[in-house]
Amino acid sequence: MAAPETSTAAVPTLYTNNTLRNAFGGVLSFFILLLIGVMAFSIRLFSVIKYESVIHEFDPYFNYRVTQFLAKNGIYEFWNWFDDRTWYPLGRVIGGTVYPGLTLTAGTIWWLLNSLNIPLSVETVCVFTAPIFSAFASWATFLLTKEVKGTGAGLTAAALLAMVPSYISRSVAGSYDNEAVAIFALIFTFYLYIKTLNTGSLFYATLNSIAYFYMVCSWGGYTFIINLIPMHVLLCIVTGRFSSRLYIAYAPLVVLGTLLAALVPVVGFNAVMTSEHFASFLVFIILHVVAFVYYIKGILSPKMFKVAVTLVVSVGLAVCCAVIAVLIALVASSPTKGWSGRSLSLLDPTYASKYIPIIASVSEHQPPTWPSYFMDINVLAFLVPAGIIACFSPLSDSSSFVVLYIATSVYFSGVMVRLMLVFAPAACITSGIALSQSFDVFTRSIKFQLPGISSNTEVDAAETSSATAEAQNDAVKTEKSEETSKNRPSKKSKKKEKEEKPSTKAKAEKRLLALPLDSSVISLLLLILLGAFYVVHCVWAAAEAYSAPSIVLTSRSHDGLHVFDDFREAYGWLRHNTDVDDKVASWWDYGYQTTAMANRTVIVDNNTWNNTHIATVGTAMSSPEKAAWEIFHSLDVKYVLVVFGGLVGYPSDDINKFLWMVRIGGGVFPHIKEPDYLRDGQYRIDSQATPTMLNCLMYKLSYYRFVETDGKGFDRVRQTEIGKKHFKLTHFEEVFTTHHWMVRIYKLKPPKNRIRGKTKKSKSKTSSTSSRGKRSGSGKKNPWQ
Amino acid sequence: MGKLWVISIASIFILLPFLGNAFSPESPTDRRVLVLLDDSAIKSSHSIYFNSLKSRGFDLEFKLADDPKIALQRYGQYLYDALVLFCPSVERFGGSIDLAAILDFVDSGRDLIIAADSSASDLIREVGIECGVDFDEDPSAMVIDHIGYAVSETEGDHTLIASDDLIKSDVILGSKRIEAPILFRGIGHSLNPANNLVLKVLSASPSAYSANPKSKLSTPPSLTGSAISLVSIVQARNNARILITGSLSMFSNKFFRSGVQKAGEKTKHEKSGNEQFLTEISKWVFHERGHLKTVNVKHHKVGETDEPALYRINDELEYSVEIYEWSGKSWDPYVANDVQVQFYMMSPYVLKTMSHNKKGLYSTSFKVPDVYGVFQFKVEYQKLGYTSLSLSKQIPVRPYRHNEYERFIPAAYPYYGAAFSMMAGFFVFSFVHLYSK
Repeated sequence: MAAPETSTAAVPTLYTNNTLRNAFGGVLSFFILLLIGVMAFSIRLFSVIKYESVIHEFDPYFNYRVTQFLAKNGIYEFWNWFDDRTWYPLGRVIGGTVYPGLTLTAGTIWWLLNSLNIPLSVETVCVFTAPIFSAFASWATFLLTKEVKGTGAGLTAAALLAMVPSYISRSVAGSYDNEAVAIFALIFTFYLYIKTLNTGSLFYATLNSIAYFYMVCSWGGYTFIINLIPMHVLLCIVTGRFSSRLYIAYAPLVVLGTLLAALVPVVGFNAVMTSEHFASFLVFIILHVVAFVYYIKGILSPKMFKVAVTLVVSVGLAVCCAVIAVLIALVASSPTKGWSGRSLSLLDPTYASKYIPIIASVSEHQPPTWPSYFMDINVLAFLVPAGIIACFSPLSDSSSFVVLYIATSVYFSGVMVRLMLVFAPAACITSGIALSQSFDVFTRSIKFQLPGISSNTEVDAAETSSATAEAQNDAVKTEKSEETSKNRPSKKSKKKEKEEKPSTKAKAEKRLLALPLDSSVISLLLLILLGAFYVVHCVWAAAEAYSAPSIVLTSRSHDGLHVFDDFREAYGWLRHNTDVDDKVASWWDYGYQTTAMANRTVIVDNNTWNNTHIATVGTAMSSPEKAAWEIFHSLDVKYVLVVFGGLVGYPSDDINKFLWMVRIGGGVFPHIKEPDYLRDGQYRIDSQATPTMLNCLMYKLSYYRFVETDGKGFDRVRQTEIGKKHFKLTHFEEVFTTHHWMVRIYKLKPPKNRIRGKTKKSKSKTSSTSSRGKRSGSGKKNPWQ
Repeated sequence: MGKLWVISIASIFILLPFLGNAFSPESPTDRRVLVLLDDSAIKSSHSIYFNSLKSRGFDLEFKLADDPKIALQRYGQYLYDALVLFCPSVERFGGSIDLAAILDFVDSGRDLIIAADSSASDLIREVGIECGVDFDEDPSAMVIDHIGYAVSETEGDHTLIASDDLIKSDVILGSKRIEAPILFRGIGHSLNPANNLVLKVLSASPSAYSANPKSKLSTPPSLTGSAISLVSIVQARNNARILITGSLSMFSNKFFRSGVQKAGEKTKHEKSGNEQFLTEISKWVFHERGHLKTVNVKHHKVGETDEPALYRINDELEYSVEIYEWSGKSWDPYVANDVQVQFYMMSPYVLKTMSHNKKGLYSTSFKVPDVYGVFQFKVEYQKLGYTSLSLSKQIPVRPYRHNEYERFIPAAYPYYGAAFSMMAGFFVFSFVHLYSK
């Protein structure tokens, strides 16, 4: 705000001198952005090229199924969709429990394309939604960073974000998940907030609320926005940066944003009832109090003001205490203190592992390891501190926001590996700022020292070119091109208010701080090398690490490429060989895929909304055969599906997930005890394993007939021979096992037609019973046999 | 909701789905019966019983148990609807029949009569065990009753028992009371009390025990009193019916014709109850009685006739089913006041006794509970002597749609008023604030 008058006066002359240059800069940055968008899109196509155009993983299958439903039945049916094919027999109200943003986005794209007579399938649209939106996200990053530190930083940040591995991991073609559009919405909301903060325009404030609405539609991570922005507002107030722009940036967002958020069925009254949103209301109140105080201060004499302050503070304190007491009492009366489990585990990282195994069991809810930072953001990890320093010189409203954003997101990413995704844009923005500033410094010192160039004007030109390009961009954006000639100087001067302050200061310092030519050249080269490393790493990560659809697996060995397409084989078998109303039980990881690909009713799925139901399935899996049969039979289950990696060495199979089944099951049904499955605290399936382990359903279904494969029963995931090799199933029968044994499907045997007489007799006559072949073996322990 | 992803398909399990049904659903009574004999003399010595079957229209085929040509099925099709094993001493069947074949025969829904004897072979005992009946393990034991024996010319060893301890069921034994005691000579068996498929039809008196009549009792007999079952029936889960008795001679002409006087009683009956008892129970075993069927399971909203694909919570609905009983010749309406329907999701939310119109149509109406989910209409009807009925039909229940809630709630009028007055007030304030300079 406090821009030096001198620099504003200098602008028109510079402007007339550099019109051509600025126009060139604008066109150039437009094309750079276009290329960044193309790169963001195309780097995510490795999965399609290397594998095929399929939906990846687990959740995307659900989103795909919902999108199909939306495309077929329209939005009202979608809104009211009661799905009776999941969570049997409870069913699930999809319309009210799903964040509809992604689905509506893809559905709209599909509808648009179809009405333009471009007949793409819903699946194709779904597969390519994420890459398209990552291009949007990098453009949003450009806008946000440009608002903070100018066009150069914006372009760098956009380029970094376009290929940051953390974001690629969630947005490769086929990864059709909420985060795909949510990251764009997140960055764009932040951009509009900063834009409003910088311009004080109510128009942007309204846009900001709408962007926030889109974010709320898209992802539960919207709570990050509704907590981060209040924090920033509070920070501004505390540091004495309160202004009418801040008020305009924040107040409409809270009012409109909360109203809009409450429109999303899945949020509904949560928007005003849960603790996640309290911070925003509290800051809203504080903001008004502060605004009121400023107003009073303006109309009262200083003496009167002092009197008023003491009066208000004493009365206000009393009222505040009363209100806070009531509030605390209200919040404390709810068992979780008004916080949802996921949010609580954010604040207390040990919360989930202590109380909610179902949250802790998800690998993406685990804290990340150090290497994952280097894997996911690579060289940005080194640039972020530099970027933070750059944000502090000088600290503006917008750069303080970036600092706050990176600080909070680093914390959150340290709690949950999934939130690395929120951290990545912040890292890209700060790194972009750092890179662009250091490039600025080095190129300037080179220019300064190279003979024959009038450094002074050049520096100014470089500075202003970025500023004008920015102004031009804005003009294009707001589509006031006919007004540009009039508008531009004023707009630029507005920009200058914040831009000139650093640049004039920098100008003065630069002459002192011009680095030696050779060192700047070397540093420049090193920076470029660093960037090159980043690009190489990103392309490698996109091509190798994050493109596997996890529904089709490949492995390379000395005799070539192996493709494991067992999942689709199994789901295809279920689709073609079972009755349409049959119920399939499996661990919840495979629920979405089973409903989407096999079109069969499942008991539990990846939407883990009912802990008891999941615990029931976990208990069945951890129980001996007969008890498991009874549980499954009571749920009308016809088929049980287990994933087994022991033959091919696929590590994320059900045996490795089994302890979570035991924990989750034991959390609700206390007769399942984790120590029963552990030998001396060790989880093992070899001959040292406990009898409970060797007799539980999961062990039996996984290793049934396994010894027939190699004669020893050597499990290649656990690297050991299994403990119990020869056994028969009494209540289940194997109906299908895929080519690589990765998915095994069992059918529940119907209850026995007759009930046998006393068992002791058959024992004395084993010879005659065994002659009856298939009927005999298990009959002894089993009332149905 | 029109055309829907939600499909509900009626899954009606009248019989458990094994290999198929023995009888056509239209007429469940057996027609072709294979009788396996130890020795062809039985054919004439038990001719009254066989003739009573023939007179009821059964097509009996007599074979020796060790006949090498006998077979229960040919080309995967069963040749008979029922099997009568009057061959207690057979060690191995001829032809392709063995224990597994007999059990498969039963598991395919066909009926079986087993008459053992004091000479019962391991094979026959094994068939009994598979059906849930444990014959006394002692091969020489017979049922002895020193109080409830039948008075005869010679004092004897009291192995000829006159028993009248019958199950009380009109369905199994016919509506006409069996006056005379039933003569029995043979081995006893016991049942597992936990086995709910097998029923004791004729049990021994409390004074009976099972031991070798020729030797002295050295150890207490393992089977005593009314735990000894003389005649038992089994109704398998697929409604196949089995009759098991430890006495072949009770079917014989001699026992049918002889008079009976129970020891300690004065009345001497001219004729034993054997003929009436065994005729009536064979009617039950061969599905001439106690066989139910359900047709026309219907449900719809009150006031409508079409069956919806799903209901909404708090809908009023009507459920109806027609139940008929096979009388041996035709399907007659089944009349009972205890047929219940459940509206079931993990547990019954609604359990209602259905009313009937005496013509076999059972119906009821109720309100769908205020819970959404995938429900089932369930009729689980298990009544002594009748085939079990187990109907279930899946039906989803959805919550209200967004536009099915009340649009304006009277209690909320103050809030509507507040909102609109706030809007008006804000408008006036803005107007005044902007133009009052």
